Amino acid sequence: MNFDINAIFQIAGIGIITAMIHTVLKQMGKEDMAHWATVIGFVVVMFMVIRLLDQLFQEIKTIFLFQ
Amino acid sequence: MEIIQVVGLGLLVTILSLILKEQKPMFAFLLTACAALFIFIFLADKIAAVIRVIESLALETNVNLVYLKTILKIIGIAYIAELGAQIVRDSGFSSIASKIELAGKVLILVMAVPIIEVLIKTVISMLPASG
Repeated sequence: MNFDINAIFQIAGIGIITAMIHTVLKQMGKEDMAHWATVIGFVVVMFMVIRLLDQLFQEIKTIFLFQ
Repeated sequence: MEIIQVVGLGLLVTILSLILKEQKPMFAFLLTACAALFIFIFLADKIAAVIRVIESLALETNVNLVYLKTILKIIGIAYIAELGAQIVRDSGFSSIASKIELAGKVLILVMAVPIIEVLIKTVISMLPASG
């Protein structure tokens, strides 16, 4: 099993840090900045997941669909 | 003992996503999706080895390769549909998950029609009254 376990911790870490940044910015009264921080964190994580999804689909195509 | 690694990964992701769900449910969803993708990629390697063996057996016994390709495509469709449906169902959208499963079933049926046709033709040609 040779996959990169770090990605799991990266995603969890990004989530926790984003939640902290959101809370801090909200306390400072910058609501819209807090929402932007959340959205940016979400997009970063989404890129990681989509890259994995692409990898899986390529693998399934080469295995099952003879391409 | 790769099963221990898979179970460990599952437990780890469950704990982490329980922590994240309190703060940001979106990240918990992406985390579970990521773990599911990891496990499926890992399984894809294993399935590939089995399929290579089946392929070589089919080549040795001169089975028509079209049938094998169709069956492999059906397995691939089932694999992807299952993955998508489970990830969507995890995040609470059972109706969309059911639609994905329905689409998988219909596409598998469409793929299987030529095989069923050949089978039924064979049976009909064996009947004495078909003459």
